[in-house]
Amino acid sequence: MSFPWANEYQPQHPLMQWLDAKLPLPRLVYNAIGAGYPVPRNLNYFWNFGVLAGVCLVIQILTGVILAMHYAGNADLAFNSTEHIMRDVNWGWMLRYMHSNGASAFFVVVYIHIFRGFFYGSYKAPREMIWLLGVVIFLLMMATAFMGYVLPWGQMSFWGAQVITGLFSAIPLVGDALHTWLLGGFAPDNAALNRFFSLHFLLPFVILGVVILHIWALHIPGSSNPTGVEVKSESDTVPFHPYYTAKDGWGLGAFLLIYCAVVFFAPNALGHPDNYIPANPMQTPAHIVPEWYFWPFYAILRAFTQNFPLLGIPAKLLGVMGMFSAILVWFFLPWLDRSPVRSGHFRPTFRKFYWLLVIDVAVLGYCGGSPAEEPFVIISQIAAIYYFLHFLVVLPIVSSIEQPEPLPFSITEAVLGSDQAASLAPAE
Amino acid sequence: MAQDAVTEAPEQGDGVRRRDFINIAAVSAAGVGAAGVLVPLISQMSPSADVLAESTTEVDIGAIKPGQAIKAMFRKQPVFIRNLTAKEQADAQAVATASLRDPQSLEDRTKPGKANWLITMGVCTHLGCVPLGSAEGEPKGEFGGYFCPCHGSQYDTAGRIRKGPAPKNLEVPEYTFTSDTVVKIG
Repeated sequence: MSFPWANEYQPQHPLMQWLDAKLPLPRLVYNAIGAGYPVPRNLNYFWNFGVLAGVCLVIQILTGVILAMHYAGNADLAFNSTEHIMRDVNWGWMLRYMHSNGASAFFVVVYIHIFRGFFYGSYKAPREMIWLLGVVIFLLMMATAFMGYVLPWGQMSFWGAQVITGLFSAIPLVGDALHTWLLGGFAPDNAALNRFFSLHFLLPFVILGVVILHIWALHIPGSSNPTGVEVKSESDTVPFHPYYTAKDGWGLGAFLLIYCAVVFFAPNALGHPDNYIPANPMQTPAHIVPEWYFWPFYAILRAFTQNFPLLGIPAKLLGVMGMFSAILVWFFLPWLDRSPVRSGHFRPTFRKFYWLLVIDVAVLGYCGGSPAEEPFVIISQIAAIYYFLHFLVVLPIVSSIEQPEPLPFSITEAVLGSDQAASLAPAE
Repeated sequence: MAQDAVTEAPEQGDGVRRRDFINIAAVSAAGVGAAGVLVPLISQMSPSADVLAESTTEVDIGAIKPGQAIKAMFRKQPVFIRNLTAKEQADAQAVATASLRDPQSLEDRTKPGKANWLITMGVCTHLGCVPLGSAEGEPKGEFGGYFCPCHGSQYDTAGRIRKGPAPKNLEVPEYTFTSDTVVKIG
């Protein structure tokens, strides 16, 4: 679907006309990310991050397929083949640093994309499906990133695999059997490494598939915008190309500048030195931490130190449930926040709690990267409680009692200060 | 349209057509076949024969003095073999068993007459890290046993969980003393 004033694809060259009649792929692209897609005229730079996430996925797939040409997915060879890539393969060091820092870049971009959605209410009707698919993409990204981090088979790789697969042993009754089945052994070893390599290769293409669904679902209602007011007329939109291809191109340049600065000047800043020690099943590193993008969720996992008093649910199971619920709660977000106003710009109370959530997640992240000792345990416990309160209590209450500020009549009015259609329209 | 004519052809008295039977039979047979194919697809993930074959380990414990411990390897996982001092045994016995998260006495966790030999898996029951405390100079936690650095679980001198997120005591593997100084694990 598109707005009735969308430009129509009209190929001039006979070859393109012939192609359009047989396989209208150029038409699909034209309508998706070309001049045939009308987009609100007022998008700010936070709307660049969807395209940037797509670019990150492409970087990861390209560098990943190349790395797989030189890597050996075998517990005896994995660490050395990674060092072989770093030392011997032509440009191998650069490709691996692009890939490992590409994962971090991908998460930075996606976290900004998600928090853009939180602030501007992008998850609200009629865009719930876009949001749900986005959460699925995020879960797939987490699984892919985790398995990728295991592949170099260093100390953090091995113990990360041990801890994360250990989560499944918390499940009552079938946990231990499931754990052994997932690993193909009693501890991470060759069987586990090999299957992680296979799945790490597969999942990015699954992500690509869900990304296509995500964009498909986006094109039904069209893009949201910073006012949260829906498009009413042609004067509210501009064609995606050239307006947003140019704006996204500018954003991409800025992004690549930062990304390259990290890849070339601080490639190990986000990594952990312990992962340059070969995996040793007999020795746990003194301070075992996941990669930074898992820290907030890791802090929630560690926040549960006591069994649940009445039902006798073990602390370990509570921690695992807490960690997964922290993301699963996002699936319910479109129905937890019932305010009809989308954008945080016009929601004074919501806005304060939004920034509190940002701080809360940052605190959780800091605690997740710190050792499991006081005061970090008690701070993570308080922050984890607030995290769930925000979604399950604060949002429903705020959305029902808050008095939003007046909305502009239209996007055009928000941008130009007046909209001719406003004086003609009946008062609402 | 010819097909519609066939499907709407002669009905039995109860409304069941021969075509219904064929549909159900065909889909059922295909379903059973598809489910059968799942068996090898799922089963291949389980530990392979060579992984299962690593069954037992023999360890010489003659050189371990009271207060010392060693790390042996069993099924590619560490095993702690610890020679408890008299004080460590007394500390473990002084705790009221019923007050523990996973109630077990030191006697439950050692062999008769060998209460000084605490043999446990070196795998934290929380998420599988190797706890510290078996080697000289490593932190042993508040209860003098083992301390897991990953999520802060603390075990006492009988390897029992006392504090932190781990749900169970350190697992005691099956083992037998083949002589006073040799123990066979597995």
